[in-house]
Amino acid sequence: MKRQLPLAMVFIFGFLMIIQYFIPHEYSEWVNAFLMDWMMIIGVFALALGLWSLTRVSWDKVRQKKPNWGYSIVTLAGLFLMMFFGFDYFRHFSTAVGSDNYMYIHFYRHIVIPIQATMFSLLAFFIASAAYRAFRARSLLATLLLVAALVIMLRFNPFLGPLQPIMEEFSVWLLNVPNLAAKRAIVIGVGLGMVATALKVILGIERAYLGKD
Amino acid sequence: MTWETFLWTTLGAFLTLCTFSFLYKDNPFYKFAEHLVVGVSAGYFALVLYHQILIPNVFDKIFDGEWWYIIPALLGIMMWTRFSRKYSWISRWPIALYMGIASGMAVPREMHARVIEQMHSAMINIIDMNNIMGNSFFDTASGIAKLIVFIGTLSALFYFFFSKEHKGFFKGISQFGIWILMIGFGASFGYTVMGRISLFVQRIQVMRDWTVVAWADEASGAFAVFWIITFGVFAIWAVFEIRKYLRSKRSTA
Repeated sequence: MKRQLPLAMVFIFGFLMIIQYFIPHEYSEWVNAFLMDWMMIIGVFALALGLWSLTRVSWDKVRQKKPNWGYSIVTLAGLFLMMFFGFDYFRHFSTAVGSDNYMYIHFYRHIVIPIQATMFSLLAFFIASAAYRAFRARSLLATLLLVAALVIMLRFNPFLGPLQPIMEEFSVWLLNVPNLAAKRAIVIGVGLGMVATALKVILGIERAYLGKD
Repeated sequence: MTWETFLWTTLGAFLTLCTFSFLYKDNPFYKFAEHLVVGVSAGYFALVLYHQILIPNVFDKIFDGEWWYIIPALLGIMMWTRFSRKYSWISRWPIALYMGIASGMAVPREMHARVIEQMHSAMINIIDMNNIMGNSFFDTASGIAKLIVFIGTLSALFYFFFSKEHKGFFKGISQFGIWILMIGFGASFGYTVMGRISLFVQRIQVMRDWTVVAWADEASGAFAVFWIITFGVFAIWAVFEIRKYLRSKRSTA
């Protein structure tokens, strides 16, 4: 019941979905759409686990006055306020009226977007300093890495003068020929890896998702 | 610019400055912005999923008479037993269902999209004799370019193939494979850096536009007050940091 039933469920639903893919019939498509809905619904409930976990960790930090506990109040306040506005001041729970709430939209536009965009832009500095350390042309492979990165980064540089159009053409060639070959090989490798892992899960060889017991 | 717009954009600008302050080092302003974005974005995305998935797929369908949608909802609720030591095994049922459906879907779809389609694209028209040299050396549609893509893909895949020892001719193939991979990694790196730089430029442009519009507007008085307060706070912080640095230097000396 505790382990065998979940393993049987994975096997049955896994094979059902594989077989379903090869049956071009409306019933088969209905099963696919129906189970996709189920997956989405279960996924949303799983999100509640994440929210509960975030709340509990933050609240414990505040309660026990751990270092930097004040910032956890900020997290909890942000979460609570978004819930408050998102449910239209806790007035509408069974309709999507809250998604048009003025404060809900503006909190996203003027808090989440600026901070996330700035955080990603900060990576430009850290990635550049990492590159300085990693890209020393000490071997042929490091030189290839360095040259490819430099060509891509300098392709729109106006200070290159007459070299700029050549650089642009070369960068397009780099992206569409050797880079495409590398990406294609990686994608094929990833695809084969994913199929192998999925088969391991369906056949019960991979059981880490069941946890320990 | 209305007062309302001014206040919202000012909040965004302040949070942008708080986040940029991490370039100096981890500090209270950055920590504030970081913790705020965690809470607000968690709330935002939870509500998006609630409004876009739970309401139309569970509430609306159950109220429309499709009662069987209560089953996935119950399975979803079973996930919450994860926090109980005694009943956490119940959460395995919905997880198993999810894993079964996701794995079953992944086998044919990944095989098709990532393996067969990519192999198909790599193999078609490998030797294009009609356009072998193309229009120029850098012509990506030329026969030579297609041949390089084909051989490059094969060599890069061979680099990860360990059932055959990489010696002699096979060593050459795997060597070419790693060259292709390195060029690919370099190009991806350059592309990522350029993407981040674009974001950085965009943030600076947002700050500039906010400054220009706010100064030229009726809210310019408030804007000046905001700048004085913000820079005052950052200046006081900088003075404290410098004093701390000088004190630590003196104590080590």
